[in-house]
Amino acid sequence: MATITPDTQIDIGHNDDPNSNYLTSSRGFLSWALTLDHKRIGVMYLVGIFGAFFLGGVLALLLRLQLLMPEGTFSFISLDRYNQLFTLHGAVMTFLFIIPSVPAALGNFVLPLMVGAKDVAFPRMNLASFYLWVFGAIFFLIALVTTQLDTGWTFYTPYSIETQTNVIAATCGAFILGFSSIFTGLNFIVTVNTMRPPGMTWFKMPLFMWAIYATAIIQVLATPVLGITLLLLTAERVLHIGIFDPSMGGDPVLFQHFFWFYSHPAVYIMILPGMGIMSELMSVYSRKPIFGYTFIAYSSIAIALLGFLVWGHHMFVSGQSPMSAVIFSGLTFSVSIPSAIKVFNWVATMYKGNINLATPMCYALSFIFLFSIGGLTGLFLGALATDIHLHDTYFVVAHFHYVMMGGTVIAFVGGLYHWWPKMFGVMYNEFWGRVFCAVVFIGFNLTFFPQFIMGSQGMPRRYATYAPEFQLYHDLSTIGALTLGIGMVGAIAVLVISLFNGRKAPANPWGAATLEWTCTSPPPYYNFEHAPHVGSPYDYTGLKYDPQVGGYVRDPNAAPASESGH
Amino acid sequence: MSDQSNTHAIEADHSGHHEHVAHIMPLPFLIGTFLALLFFTWLTVFLADQDIGEIDIFIALGIATVKSVLVATFFMHLRYDKAFNVLMLLFCLGFVALFIGISLLDSTQYQPAIESFYNATATVEP
Amino acid sequence: MSAAVETHDQAHHEEGDHHGHHHPFQAHHFETMQQQFDSGKLGIWLFLFTEILMFSGLFCAYIIYRYNHPEVFLFAHKYLDTTLGALNTVVLIVSSLTMALAVRAAQKSQQKLLVAMLTCTLILAGVFLVVKYFEYTHKFDIGLYTGRDNISYQLQNPSMYPEAHDELIKIQKAHAAAEHSAEEHTIAEEEKAAEHPSEHSSEHSAAAGHDAGEHGEDHGASIEALAHAPRNTQIFFGIYYMMTGLHGFHILAGMVAISWLLYRSIKGHFSASYFGPVDYVGLYWHLVDLIWIYLFPLLYLIRS
Ligand SMILES: [Cu+2]
Repeated sequence: MATITPDTQIDIGHNDDPNSNYLTSSRGFLSWALTLDHKRIGVMYLVGIFGAFFLGGVLALLLRLQLLMPEGTFSFISLDRYNQLFTLHGAVMTFLFIIPSVPAALGNFVLPLMVGAKDVAFPRMNLASFYLWVFGAIFFLIALVTTQLDTGWTFYTPYSIETQTNVIAATCGAFILGFSSIFTGLNFIVTVNTMRPPGMTWFKMPLFMWAIYATAIIQVLATPVLGITLLLLTAERVLHIGIFDPSMGGDPVLFQHFFWFYSHPAVYIMILPGMGIMSELMSVYSRKPIFGYTFIAYSSIAIALLGFLVWGHHMFVSGQSPMSAVIFSGLTFSVSIPSAIKVFNWVATMYKGNINLATPMCYALSFIFLFSIGGLTGLFLGALATDIHLHDTYFVVAHFHYVMMGGTVIAFVGGLYHWWPKMFGVMYNEFWGRVFCAVVFIGFNLTFFPQFIMGSQGMPRRYATYAPEFQLYHDLSTIGALTLGIGMVGAIAVLVISLFNGRKAPANPWGAATLEWTCTSPPPYYNFEHAPHVGSPYDYTGLKYDPQVGGYVRDPNAAPASESGH
Repeated sequence: MSDQSNTHAIEADHSGHHEHVAHIMPLPFLIGTFLALLFFTWLTVFLADQDIGEIDIFIALGIATVKSVLVATFFMHLRYDKAFNVLMLLFCLGFVALFIGISLLDSTQYQPAIESFYNATATVEP
Repeated sequence: MSAAVETHDQAHHEEGDHHGHHHPFQAHHFETMQQQFDSGKLGIWLFLFTEILMFSGLFCAYIIYRYNHPEVFLFAHKYLDTTLGALNTVVLIVSSLTMALAVRAAQKSQQKLLVAMLTCTLILAGVFLVVKYFEYTHKFDIGLYTGRDNISYQLQNPSMYPEAHDELIKIQKAHAAAEHSAEEHTIAEEEKAAEHPSEHSSEHSAAAGHDAGEHGEDHGASIEALAHAPRNTQIFFGIYYMMTGLHGFHILAGMVAISWLLYRSIKGHFSASYFGPVDYVGLYWHLVDLIWIYLFPLLYLIRS
């Protein structure tokens, strides 16, 4: 024992003081930079992705302000510069922010706590995943600072082979970020498979875990294809291998097949974890067991698998054969079924529930509204005939912002508010939390609803200028974007301010029944002193509000959950 | 070493209780797999030089598949591994088939368009 | 999938102290060595799945291009040396066997055998790369680079690449002169040589021991044949370099991993109670072998 260094993950300067938590158990820059603790890695991810979110948001506001006038507001944004700005906005938001947002930041923090484990299965890989994210982000910044990328986030060939901008730095960045995403997904699959405590069978897992598990399957299966796509694109630029280059006899449509084989499932990497958060919030804040647990669980897996069958709906008008287009259009509708199952179950959960309109629940309700609009407008785009008209218009832009921003980002912020007391041990100001939720909701709809209208009237996306008849819609959208920006900054400010003056959080402020609420807030370094008792994740009968604690405690007199069949 | 009969690694860890960790592949299986792989390698090279016609790629790929099944079953222990791992492998191969299948299906359809573009723009002298 | 539950039978014991009577290589967050091993095993399998899907992109490009342009493959495969390809196949199969034996040795705590088997595997991996190096340099000698640097592409675009064209003219003239002076080459043989350059070259290399001038002529014949290559032959070489290059990179990564195992096995870390890393790297190594098992017939054994 003395001669061989144990393979354990004792962090630098860690102390075993029972009163310390993961934030205070060790100090210094290195104790964070080299930590293997999933909670600290989650927090570092949180800081990182909010940096990316801020950058992407500023770019978005610049774009919107530029579109205030039909010929452009600012003279310093040339037409080329406009292309570069929206490319970076898209690439930063998808690759740096949304994909890692819920799984890598919240998932990292919450998942091991939910399984009652001390850590994820591979803590070193977890840290590596974070650093890969950092390096990927740096490559993106290089692409930004040297020559600004102008291919759109999709890197379509042959333009991406010919353009003089720094495609290679951006593809390297996306390649590295892909590995970061694979590492996270791999870690979560193994954690869920092998580290669940005794008694937690598959159908006693919280639905957030099911969602993260389904997401991880997509991350592991789809991301490698993105990796090889970007590798081939880089080879195309460096070695001119010609596979995707029509001037060399190559096949540019093949690039789109490669790209969308990853990137359609990737939209489910983005939305599924958000749906997982929704299942938790709906049940906890309705104080009622989730309605249709098995349906929601299976629908997560169904979405993950069906998501692989529909990638061709991005290629209806870009060279794909009519036969494939018909097949893909038909299959695309099938994905709406499991998504709708989820929405119906969430709504049914609220029915006759004892609804607590705390800030996370406000976000959850916003999610249902916005996601339904986003999902239903997706049907118009999946239908072959209407898509020919709507393709590459603002209708598409509005659709995916309703799903990605109105869905994932709203759920992410809701989840962040939900788990914030657990993460940092402080309660935020409930009033201002709700106010900014309302501002975000209004700003969001004002930004993107007009885009549906102008899109259906033929306003093409990615254009730096537009016909004067669209100015009203663009101006409304810009005003909405500013409102949305204020709302988001405010929502995050409420959380940050709570770090300084927030009331100390109890272990279980919301009365949730999942395991992460059984340890103290913030959790101790080792999460649980004793392996926690596993009950039903949505059984609230034994939880009573204790005004002295300011949160919920398990009532010792209550009958233990009796439905345990284990 | 009492090896041949002992097909399971039994270990006593420091606290004294025994754990069943993994299956040990018997030596004859490994050698047998190895010899079979060599034989199939010879066979595929031999058949390549015979005049079989159009189907030779399918024969070559069939032999490669037999070889990979051998490697996966015995060298990679899948025969004695958890069923879950085998299931996931097949699942993953299904996605590979899906990816390649649909891309191929589509590419054969739009190929004439690529051809005519190339003929219209290429600098290559035929 | 009740396995995860079954393995936790003794999970309820007190976990007050984090570094007590555990196996020295048991990580603190695992309850048992079995759980640690199962996690590692599932992890490595998932990693292998990502590798399979990554390579599937290259296989996809290969199949689509081969299906739509079979003539390119039929022509270009002749520039690949089947003997060296088969040799490398055998090398990898032997290395797979030694790797499997290494895992077995670790499971049975046979430290010396483990070190020996890992060393064999490492050497065989090196042999593979050396053979690959010779294959690559031979192609570079002829000018079979990727894309527009490929000699066949340049010969088909004489207006853009006059140097390549000039060289071809020079070779053709030299050839014609050689034919006049020496009568042993019949016209029929020349035509055969143009159609089957590799057979031609292997005949010559067999006799190359006593004719120093042969190499240049062999080179010239290859270039003459390439002037009549189907158009876009360079894409075959693009695919070839990408597939074998990525595979070679994986061999290299495997060598790093095996070296790490070797270091640890010399230190005596592995035994029947802890052999996970050997098993995991072994699985990776077999997968690299598996991919080559497909690459070999797809690239080297194209006959119709
Ligand atoms: Cu899609």
